[in-house]
Amino acid sequence: MQNRILTFAEAVREALVQSMQADPSVFVVGEGVPDPTGSFGTTKGLQEHFGRQRAWEMPLSENGMTGVCIGAALGGMRPVMVHLRIDFLLLAMDQLVNNAANWHYMFGGKDAVPLVVRVMIGRGFGNGAQHAQSLQALFAHIPGLKVVMPSSAYDAKGLLIASIRDNNPVVFIEHRWLHQVKGEVPEEPYTVPLGKAAVVAEGTDITIAATSYMMLEARKALPWLEQAGISAELIDIRSLKPLDEETILRSVEKTGRLLVADSGWYSGGFAGEILARAAEKAFPRLKAAPQRITVPDLPTPSTRALARHYYPRHVDIIRKACEIMGKKGEEIARLAAAADIIPAEGELRFMDVPDERFTGPF
Amino acid sequence: MPDNDMLLSLYRQMLLIRRLEERIAEKYQEREMRCPVHLSIGQEAVAVGVCANLSAGDMVFSGHRGHAHYLAKGGSPDALIAELYGKVTGCSGGRGGSMLIIDKSVNFRGTTPIVGGTIPIAAGMAWALQMQQKNAVVAVFFGDGAVEEGVLHETLNFASLHHLPILFVCENNLYSVLTTLDERQPDRPITDIAQGHGVHADHGDGNDIIEVYEKTRDAVSRIRAGKGPAFLEFATYRWKEHSGPFEDTGKGRRTAEELHAWKARCPLEAFRRQLVSQGILSEEAHWQIEKEIDEQIVRAFAFARQSPFPEEGTLGEHLYAK
Repeated sequence: MQNRILTFAEAVREALVQSMQADPSVFVVGEGVPDPTGSFGTTKGLQEHFGRQRAWEMPLSENGMTGVCIGAALGGMRPVMVHLRIDFLLLAMDQLVNNAANWHYMFGGKDAVPLVVRVMIGRGFGNGAQHAQSLQALFAHIPGLKVVMPSSAYDAKGLLIASIRDNNPVVFIEHRWLHQVKGEVPEEPYTVPLGKAAVVAEGTDITIAATSYMMLEARKALPWLEQAGISAELIDIRSLKPLDEETILRSVEKTGRLLVADSGWYSGGFAGEILARAAEKAFPRLKAAPQRITVPDLPTPSTRALARHYYPRHVDIIRKACEIMGKKGEEIARLAAAADIIPAEGELRFMDVPDERFTGPF
Repeated sequence: MPDNDMLLSLYRQMLLIRRLEERIAEKYQEREMRCPVHLSIGQEAVAVGVCANLSAGDMVFSGHRGHAHYLAKGGSPDALIAELYGKVTGCSGGRGGSMLIIDKSVNFRGTTPIVGGTIPIAAGMAWALQMQQKNAVVAVFFGDGAVEEGVLHETLNFASLHHLPILFVCENNLYSVLTTLDERQPDRPITDIAQGHGVHADHGDGNDIIEVYEKTRDAVSRIRAGKGPAFLEFATYRWKEHSGPFEDTGKGRRTAEELHAWKARCPLEAFRRQLVSQGILSEEAHWQIEKEIDEQIVRAFAFARQSPFPEEGTLGEHLYAK
């Protein structure tokens, strides 16, 4: 069927359903997986459909249960763990890093851990310091893990099916503000390969590479840049590890300019990794210093009064891209002012929800 | 009581572990085995008595002090020693070393040196077996130190909740490196922790091979009957230092008197005397077994020495499974 539209959350759920139908060794486990709300809709009805042996509730033992899922994976199963907040995965760093990531290598390839850990960045509505962190750089640092961050419904389904079929531990990072994003999703099962970036829009002046939710802000920036006469090439990084360095560098060599937009922190963040690769490997072709847009090196404040200044938006991308292009301050200010529309009324004026329909659960 | 063939088999396995580890200690100073080694000398009865109750299809996990468990599960001395030498023929291809031992051919599914690290993994394996409706048991060995780790408690909770077919085996050797149990844990039976999670628990003398064998037999038959997990604590004592070939009584913590008292309760010697007195093991047979084991050990070290190192070009292999 053509033009079949699903939300990101529905696409994730469909990937789970189709993976479970195709392979009896696939099961889903997590705190609240069988709840009526179904992990923001992504696991809704799985237990009713597949039974308690395929969609499991889980004790509040993140580290122990990660080990348990590693063991189940070694025993021939394909577990999909679900954590409603990525912050909870910090409790499981021992099992995830020491065991899951290392297992295949440290035992000389004698065994493998086909494990998917779905985690969600819980931005917005006051979630604050321990429910809204963007921790992707931590996981992308570890050899042996794969780390993906889809930004569209299409990629959510394809990357999740690919992650479940993969014979390695995959940290599958969802952003809470992407769950309601709609897009075309074919009904049949398909995969989007891990380790491949996507060129979403072609351009010649500047490469904008973004992760996860920052892809949406970058997409919003694109028409404004066009208005300023800037032809931007937009790349969805999608897979942080393995990283598709080739696609990003090829684009940078073409445009000579790079702006990276990541939802994580500035210091030691993933944006810095992309900048470093460009500096190392595309330096002769660079026409301007590569730049990055991240959240500041601060914990996440809960209050919307501060959160609105914490998160970068499309206007920040517009400003930074114009600076890299050598646009004059006046022109940048004029463009940014025109682009920076904040509604005077309604939910969106608080700037702590992605759209009007976002009324919880959070 | 196990029959005579079984008794002799237990004896031979204990002797193999003892002599092999003595040889590791002897040769360690040649600095060819360039990885930490945690020896089980003095603790052999637990490994052997437990594994004798497991069949080929049952799975075993362990921790940093895992040589004995590997050998007791039917592991290869050649592959173990080659691993210590860092050779490509080692059971982990040389990438693991002494603390990271795996051999799926005997369902020895892995040792790791983060204390308690394999406990939840063993439970996950038991969970997989249960979901697949396979009739096998998973055993996991750990020390008294692991009782202080959160994952043990998390795993006991989960294993009990789902009646998983897992045997928890705590080798209580009273020390974490040089720190005594009473500096680390309150004065309460370790088995109470398992029982607090609704897990069947028992304890016994870990230096008495028959007691270990019989307690494990009872625990494993409970698990096989579908009665859920079981926890066994065996009291024993490590003769050597935490890691390395020497004794550690000179370091100002453990006393020579204490070590001497435990050596007087040597599990191997006690068992040998028992077998001799019951006429099961003759003096001649005893020396014959010693001779065969010595030959086996000589072969294992020769195999390890002669085996090649992994080639430089393989450094990047096995990062990801295909």
